[in-house]
Amino acid sequence: MRDYISKRGREIPPSGIRKFFDLALTMEEVISLGVGEPDFSTPWNICEASIYSIEQGGTSYTSNRGLQTLREALSRYLRDHYHLTYHPDEEMIITTGVSEGLDIAIRAVVDPGDEVLVAEPCYVSYSPCVTLAGGVPVPVPCLRKDRFRLNPDILMERITGKSKALIINFPNNPTGAVMRKEDLQAVADIVCDHDLVLISDEVYAELTYDGSHVASATVGDLAARTITLNGFSKAYAMTGWRIGYLCAPREICDAALKIHQYVMLCAPVMGQVAALEGIRRGEDEKNRMVSEYRVRRNLFIESLNRIGLPCHLPEGAFYAFPSVEKTGLSDYEFAEQLLKEEHVAVVPGSVFGQGGAGHLRCAYAVSRKDLNEAVRRMEAFIQRLK
Amino acid sequence: MDEKDLLLLQLLEENSRLTTREMAVMAEIAPDEIEARIAALESAGVIRSYSAVIDWERAGNGEVSAIIELKVNPERDYGYDRIAERIARFRQVRSLRLITGTYDLQLTVTGKNMQEVARFVSEYIAPMDRIRETATHIIMKSYKEHGRTFCEKEGSERIPYSL
Repeated sequence: MRDYISKRGREIPPSGIRKFFDLALTMEEVISLGVGEPDFSTPWNICEASIYSIEQGGTSYTSNRGLQTLREALSRYLRDHYHLTYHPDEEMIITTGVSEGLDIAIRAVVDPGDEVLVAEPCYVSYSPCVTLAGGVPVPVPCLRKDRFRLNPDILMERITGKSKALIINFPNNPTGAVMRKEDLQAVADIVCDHDLVLISDEVYAELTYDGSHVASATVGDLAARTITLNGFSKAYAMTGWRIGYLCAPREICDAALKIHQYVMLCAPVMGQVAALEGIRRGEDEKNRMVSEYRVRRNLFIESLNRIGLPCHLPEGAFYAFPSVEKTGLSDYEFAEQLLKEEHVAVVPGSVFGQGGAGHLRCAYAVSRKDLNEAVRRMEAFIQRLK
Repeated sequence: MDEKDLLLLQLLEENSRLTTREMAVMAEIAPDEIEARIAALESAGVIRSYSAVIDWERAGNGEVSAIIELKVNPERDYGYDRIAERIARFRQVRSLRLITGTYDLQLTVTGKNMQEVARFVSEYIAPMDRIRETATHIIMKSYKEHGRTFCEKEGSERIPYSL
């Protein structure tokens, strides 16, 4: 029999934490700081809106772009909160999570052989999606000395004649780094000079703690060449509903829409109805959750530094990214031994690409009680290493 | 009262056993200032007391609670205030509110058993001057008190890792 598996299907790397996942499932009383989602359930008014809609028979396809009412509400929201101007009928697509948005964004602009710069550490799907589109991912490391912001000099070094696009994610998973306006301006100059497309995943925008989020497309001349990706998963505690959105200039949006209609048709209507309730009446609950994350961040970062895991104060998202260098263990060794000995699950930073080695991603989207217990166990673990 | 005060109140309402140091870290305020702010909130009567939310049914002391609604003839110059103050003095009365709608006052009462609650209402509350009518509702089960649900399931299991 032939080997039926495609070259891409064979060569795409498996998840870097499969081993940890399987190990954790065999254990009792695991406290997981390994989850990239809120610990809150979706606010109940959002669930009720969706339940009611299902009861009324709202179970069909929507237009490819997504519900008109949702796009209009989002367009106003983005204008009022982030000074973004996107036309709801021409420059916006509701996607099945940001994951789909990212995939169709890449496929809309990348030809085989094109190089796509990927600011790392980052969410694990960026490079594989570039590969699946026939492109060549080129990592651009963001370093601890730069507070994990994208350094324009390092970006310049990686640009070649084949560079087509740059993917960034701020506030960042896994580092919690945030790009200020002046940081983005420097990147904008390079992106424009080299005629690149910017793909900006801003799914953690609402979780910006110090100051307010600066949307990439509002900086310099980026609007004409930026694909903005965002979604409801993180800010509204709606991970399982799978609702994201892609905003881009019309030509790019049209291309992405063709791909979207063939591979997805539309995002699930139940999720879209829920998202509409979130955008219309979810503000208070969202703010309450963001305020709680900020409190947990302060507690957790202070604790990590106290027990000997140096960590900068993350300005966004809900991840701490402490260094384990002083312990003498690699991030993989630390994460594995910590799981085995103390039943605390964290993710080794290497999983997220260049610049991540020697760090751990610890999600603090867990209750304060669990967070305190996790710190207690981590401290015990570190004490034994000495 | 500013945003920091509001944050402190929220933190304390949720858990009044937090230490000053913990609150200082959480709220990004110096410990001395935390103490000063809380003292000010206490003396202004914004913070009334510190207590625990207890599921007495689970504690198993067998006490019974009831919601009592009263129709009251208000008093010239005083309205409902003087009679409300009298009712509030009973130890058995756990809360007392002036409300809109069919009834005027609503109180919650606890007692050792149903008879004790009924006796308290019929012997002390109902005979008071100006009380025209009472309605007693025995509480059969509490689902939520002070913003805390008692029935909440642990939530669906989250997977241990997601990136």
